[in-house]
Amino acid sequence: MMLVINLNKYKLHDLEFIKPITDLLTRFRVVHYKNLKQSDLDSAEKIIVAGTSLKDDEYLRDIKSFSWIKSYKKPILGICSGMQILALANGAKLKKTKEIGQIQIKILKEDHLINNVEKVYSLHQFSTTLPKGFDLLAKSSKSIQAIRKGNHYGLMFHPEVFNKEVIMDFAKDI
Amino acid sequence: MKLASLFSGGKDSTYALYLAKKFSHEIACIITMDSQNKDSYMFHTPVDNVGYLAARMQLPLIKFSTQGKKEKELVDLKKAIKLAIKKYEIEGVVTGAVASTYQASRMQKICNELDIYCFNPLWQKNQIALLNELIKNNFKFKIVKVAADGLNNSWINKILDKKSIIELIKLSQRYKFSVTGEGGEIETEIIDCPLFKKDKPVERTLFRDTTSTESSAILKYFL
Repeated sequence: MMLVINLNKYKLHDLEFIKPITDLLTRFRVVHYKNLKQSDLDSAEKIIVAGTSLKDDEYLRDIKSFSWIKSYKKPILGICSGMQILALANGAKLKKTKEIGQIQIKILKEDHLINNVEKVYSLHQFSTTLPKGFDLLAKSSKSIQAIRKGNHYGLMFHPEVFNKEVIMDFAKDI
Repeated sequence: MKLASLFSGGKDSTYALYLAKKFSHEIACIITMDSQNKDSYMFHTPVDNVGYLAARMQLPLIKFSTQGKKEKELVDLKKAIKLAIKKYEIEGVVTGAVASTYQASRMQKICNELDIYCFNPLWQKNQIALLNELIKNNFKFKIVKVAADGLNNSWINKILDKKSIIELIKLSQRYKFSVTGEGGEIETEIIDCPLFKKDKPVERTLFRDTTSTESSAILKYFL
């Protein structure tokens, strides 16, 4: 089962930031980060931490809720705000960097998850520094776009828009 | 939260408004961009009946005229939203964007500049599922404009029901156009939906709008 962690402050945003992801999955469960229990983490096979809207940054005030991430053994894919959380939990810092709409990224290190990705959809006003121990997989002209440490991935772009195959690849075998 | 609906009178913007209300948001007003450019990438045309549709929903309407020149029309859209912020104290907008990153990213940028929320509840929704959901939720709508190979004028004024949707899907697959018509392949107009108030009948002819070339904003109150 894929556990999809929801960061949205408003439920109406679930249709925009959660539904396009779960439409690509077969076995999944969606849990809001404020309701997340240890049993949810234990029963998941993999986790996607989904993104949220540009103006919604409530999750940044609750960053302590994600202290479990660093030592979590199973695969994680952090998308946009989800990547910010993954990076912050691993000691990185946020920078004000606005990218909205279609952009190009450059692959810096080959990885099966993003090898065919060039054109991406971006929707963020913060980017992250590279967390210690992570590989830098891809960059845009303004920001780090993809990082990896073991089975933990962070993507600053929204693969559910132009790059649905990334999510399906991450979710394969589930 | 108080929202403005970016409204064209078509099925998508009306359904997005419906979902916003369903999720307990207050629709404080409707914003319609009245573009003089029939080929606008950004705005649906025609919008002649939005006054009537706003009246059926008993919602105030800000109808904002724009020449529809690329990128300049975004300045006009920003002015219209600013007016809604000032007049109705909205904290966000809800749009019917489905797949167009051209439209969605421009809306996101404007909302970001104005520091308000942007809701796109139909974003990336499966197009066939969207049409079926509209029918299931008692939305009645007709085609008012076609602009795609495979769609002739016999489709104009056709009310889309389960049978005609199947026909439309087949044509969209054969001729490779978006079945929801977000790229302007088809434009629709709502005829009836759960948002329309039943208790106050409105004479359609009273609300047939006129086009303004002089004023940049036309405020109309139907309450």
